[in-house]
Amino acid sequence: MTDLRPDLAIIAEHVAPGTRILDVGCGDGALMAALRDTKRVDARGLELDAGNVAAAVSRGLSVIQGDADVDLAEYPQASFDYAILSQTLQTAKRPDVVLDHLLRVGRQAFVSFPNFAHWRVRMSLLLGGRMPVTRLLPERWYDTPNIHHVTIDDFRSFVGERGIAVEGAWFLSGDKRTGTAAANIFAEHAVFLLRKPN
Amino acid sequence: MSEDPRFGLARHVSLPGPLRLDGGVLLSPVEIAYETYGTLNADASNAILLCHALTGDQHVASAHPVTGKPGWWVRMVGPGKPIDPERHFIVCANVLGSCMGSSGPATINPATGAPWGMSFPVITIRDMVRAQAMLLDHLGIETLQAVVGGSMGGMQAVSWPATFPERVRAAVVIASTARHTAQNIAFHEVGRQAVMADPKWRGGAYYEAGDPPAAGLAVARMAAHITYLSEAGLTEKFGRRLQARPDRPDGAISFGFDADFQIESYLRHQGISFVDRFDANSYLYITRAMDYFDLAGEHGGQLANAFRATKARFCLVSFDTDWLYPTAESRAIVHALNAAGAPVSFVELSSPYGHDAFLLEAPEMNRVVNGFLRAGE
Repeated sequence: MTDLRPDLAIIAEHVAPGTRILDVGCGDGALMAALRDTKRVDARGLELDAGNVAAAVSRGLSVIQGDADVDLAEYPQASFDYAILSQTLQTAKRPDVVLDHLLRVGRQAFVSFPNFAHWRVRMSLLLGGRMPVTRLLPERWYDTPNIHHVTIDDFRSFVGERGIAVEGAWFLSGDKRTGTAAANIFAEHAVFLLRKPN
Repeated sequence: MSEDPRFGLARHVSLPGPLRLDGGVLLSPVEIAYETYGTLNADASNAILLCHALTGDQHVASAHPVTGKPGWWVRMVGPGKPIDPERHFIVCANVLGSCMGSSGPATINPATGAPWGMSFPVITIRDMVRAQAMLLDHLGIETLQAVVGGSMGGMQAVSWPATFPERVRAAVVIASTARHTAQNIAFHEVGRQAVMADPKWRGGAYYEAGDPPAAGLAVARMAAHITYLSEAGLTEKFGRRLQARPDRPDGAISFGFDADFQIESYLRHQGISFVDRFDANSYLYITRAMDYFDLAGEHGGQLANAFRATKARFCLVSFDTDWLYPTAESRAIVHALNAAGAPVSFVELSSPYGHDAFLLEAPEMNRVVNGFLRAGE
């Protein structure tokens, strides 16, 4: 699993063996394949890009082409142990609705996203006066798929308001894990493990 | 194994049956013309059933006996292809109701010694599937590694796990649907009326005179052929270009009703060449079977119920310019499979060629089917 993107490696590490997962925005299926091969996980994926779907299916994964904003609604309640949304929340038209569905179809949900309050992003906007273009957010304002930028503190208050339990939180800076303290400034990337309120 | 007369090209078997049809009739015997490619392994676990479309046949990867053209799916089936006789034991049978050797209106009714004609019982997609299962019994195949089909072949492929949940481990359903829509039925009705309006149809009893309703069938084929192509594809291939004439290589408007436009000439050719290889009554029966197809209807109105008993994996592929069985139809199947908890893959591929895309060069489709099949090996 060492080849996985760092946020995916964190998720892979914390998924229990033999479980059933739905990877929403699964890309070419790297995480699904790793979980299948190392943890006997029954993995299903949802991905927007046809080329990515073809790549994932050609590695033997069950992936359907679809849009998190539309197609998540079709999955039955609690049909997965984990629903995973990695680096996709900020691209959703309605991140709140997507998150609701995520916690409906999965008993738990992993959500990872780039932190828009990282100091580099803040400096870029503060000093440059332009929408930040950084390593994790390489697109420009007009061609970025990231239409709902979010910070770690935004996300914490969002889940807090909804009574969603945070059962785990991990932070990354420069692909290395970093502490919780002042994560909203120093983490480039966050991974949360959530559970819906009963 | 290679000496076994059941295996090889251009096979034919007459099974005693009887086959109980959805319409209530008991059909006996059941004639099936089929081909096999590759070698069935010792535990008979490498069998793939290929299902053909409306006007297709068992010659999936061998030359057609009438036209001499290569098999209809040599891009998908053959050495080094996703469905490979080096690894797979491939079976393709002419569907029930067709005219390439399986029981249909053109075959002899043993009770009368004459061709069935319109006394042949009306059949359904599920009847075709049941006949295929009888053939597999005959070949010694209990469980299929996969069933694969496009268009009407996809209807059979998606019906297989619903009808025989234990007998199939994977289904590949390409450019297909779980039911015929009003528009699908409408186009087929135009075709059937064209056949039946031809005076030579004679209520289906044209075999003895040897003078089939070629004009009617050609018109039916022309109308159907339009639905297999996309508007963009037609524009690219023909546009408003005129047909060349002996005196006018660039063509000219005739102020008459010759085939002035290339598209007219093309469609006429499609219609005329079709009647040489296809039986008009078979066209009526098979289009009827497709119109009756409604997999949800067979399972209490809930498509997901069709898949609750099976453990099969599914792979669906649609094409963005296919307006005959558009992506939404594939998605409806995908959603039902998700609701049933079945493992399912789905991708909509881009092609300018409309419904016919699945028969043409489509590297992405091959890549998907290859990966999907290998995952089960």
